[in-house]
Amino acid sequence: MSAGLSVKDLSVSHGAIKAIYELSFEVAPGELVALIGANGAGKTTLLRALSGLLAVQAGSASWSGNSLLKKKPEELVRSGIVHVSEGKSVIPELTVQENLAIGGLWRRDKADVRRATKESLELFPALQSRSNQRADTLSGGERQMLAIARALISRPELLLLDEPSLGLAPLIIEQIFESLKQLKAERGLTILLVEQNAMSALKIADRGLILNLGRLVGSGTPTELIHDPQLRSAYLGF
Amino acid sequence: MIVNTLLIGASSGAIYALMALALVLVWRSTRVVNFAQAGQAVLSTYIGYEAMNVTHSYWISVPIAIAFGALIGALVDILFMRVLAGRVQRGPIAEVAPVIATLGLLGLIQSVIGLIWGNAFVQYTSPLSGKGFSIGNETVPFSPQNALIVAAAAVVMGAFALVFTFTDLGLALRAASFQPEIARLAGIKVDRIRTIGWTFAGAAGAVAGVVITPTASLYPNSLDLFFVSGFVAAVIGGLESLVGAVVGGVILGIGFAFILQYIGSSVTFLAAFIILMIVQLVRPHGLFGHKASRHA
Repeated sequence: MSAGLSVKDLSVSHGAIKAIYELSFEVAPGELVALIGANGAGKTTLLRALSGLLAVQAGSASWSGNSLLKKKPEELVRSGIVHVSEGKSVIPELTVQENLAIGGLWRRDKADVRRATKESLELFPALQSRSNQRADTLSGGERQMLAIARALISRPELLLLDEPSLGLAPLIIEQIFESLKQLKAERGLTILLVEQNAMSALKIADRGLILNLGRLVGSGTPTELIHDPQLRSAYLGF
Repeated sequence: MIVNTLLIGASSGAIYALMALALVLVWRSTRVVNFAQAGQAVLSTYIGYEAMNVTHSYWISVPIAIAFGALIGALVDILFMRVLAGRVQRGPIAEVAPVIATLGLLGLIQSVIGLIWGNAFVQYTSPLSGKGFSIGNETVPFSPQNALIVAAAAVVMGAFALVFTFTDLGLALRAASFQPEIARLAGIKVDRIRTIGWTFAGAAGAVAGVVITPTASLYPNSLDLFFVSGFVAAVIGGLESLVGAVVGGVILGIGFAFILQYIGSSVTFLAAFIILMIVQLVRPHGLFGHKASRHA
């Protein structure tokens, strides 16, 4: 029984089209793993399947030995698995404060929700002065920070992050990735980071997985992946 | 004369506001325009009518009808809308299907009412007088029953505005309606929250039915025209806002009253649609609606 995330022979389809083929990998507790691949590689599909948004056709996925499959997303959040979906996963019509609050609505320990909110705002100080603004008035980077901050208020054990760098300026990407590094180091958070931006993701990851057309085509430490000329030219794009 | 016209307008405006509030509640909780609202409200009113026949008390029948209205709302979601949402999740039909389904549900509810109670007019009477208050020697066109309707609209609006603005439940309702997927990923039990939204709307529709019906008669289609005006009022208010629903209702009520007084009854219904079109052209998001997100 694996203590972290264990995915075995997982297959996921969108209707008749198979998007993930018998995928197997593991993420140890406290590890930050970057899942890299081009558009259409199946990265987002994998995260949606792990967080209960998509049905799985075959295989298994578990966190700390407990199956993640056939569970609703809201149940998985309660088990410590929180997914920040692609595209600045915030509710534009709500204020920053309200977006943060929804991360803790289900939790009974309101004192800890307040603590977690304070910690999230310390991690992303740019949000502090914006608490009464609607989320659609924020910049792309601030929205991404808000999405991660909200996820942290649920006190996750495993954070599934889908393309947090999408559409952001390099400086902002650096800032967000630095925060992820800090979360891993200070809180021991396990992170599965899906990225197209291979270089930035590998800079902060313990390990990398390369996905192509639904199949795992490479895995290893960032140094191993970066120095593999075949993987580098075919999939990493640098 | 103008004061009398304003009073007539305000009391009928409160009726439209109540129907509009029920529509806005479903919209805010689920993003569905519920055309079955008139059917749900009239069914709740028939339950109130039966309760009054048994208890001989209008005041006892009112909470019974409201409780049934809430139950009907919950059942509509659990047995119908939730199943439909599970079967139609993607594509353009996913947005339209629930609205079409509510139209079908309206026909179903009204047919069932016809089968049980028949199509004849029945009287569901309130102990409050329908005659206008007397001021000196003058009788104004505003009765105690009208006062009850205005009070009911104010209480329904105030209570739900408080819930939506200041409670965790209200925040969950808003989050689940705006972005159900993100709400789920934040741990909100969206299905349950939506059922609560339908329950609230069912109760609000029942309030509308039990306070409006004593001013007229009860039959399977008795609330249809009120619903159409309520729909126009909700759109004028922006479909999103509880205050907007009330303001829209009052604007429509007073507008109708002046048209009735100075032009004639033949154009009042037409006027509703002219007002609707003008609002849509000048302010497509309604008087209290927000523009769509700039970035989403």
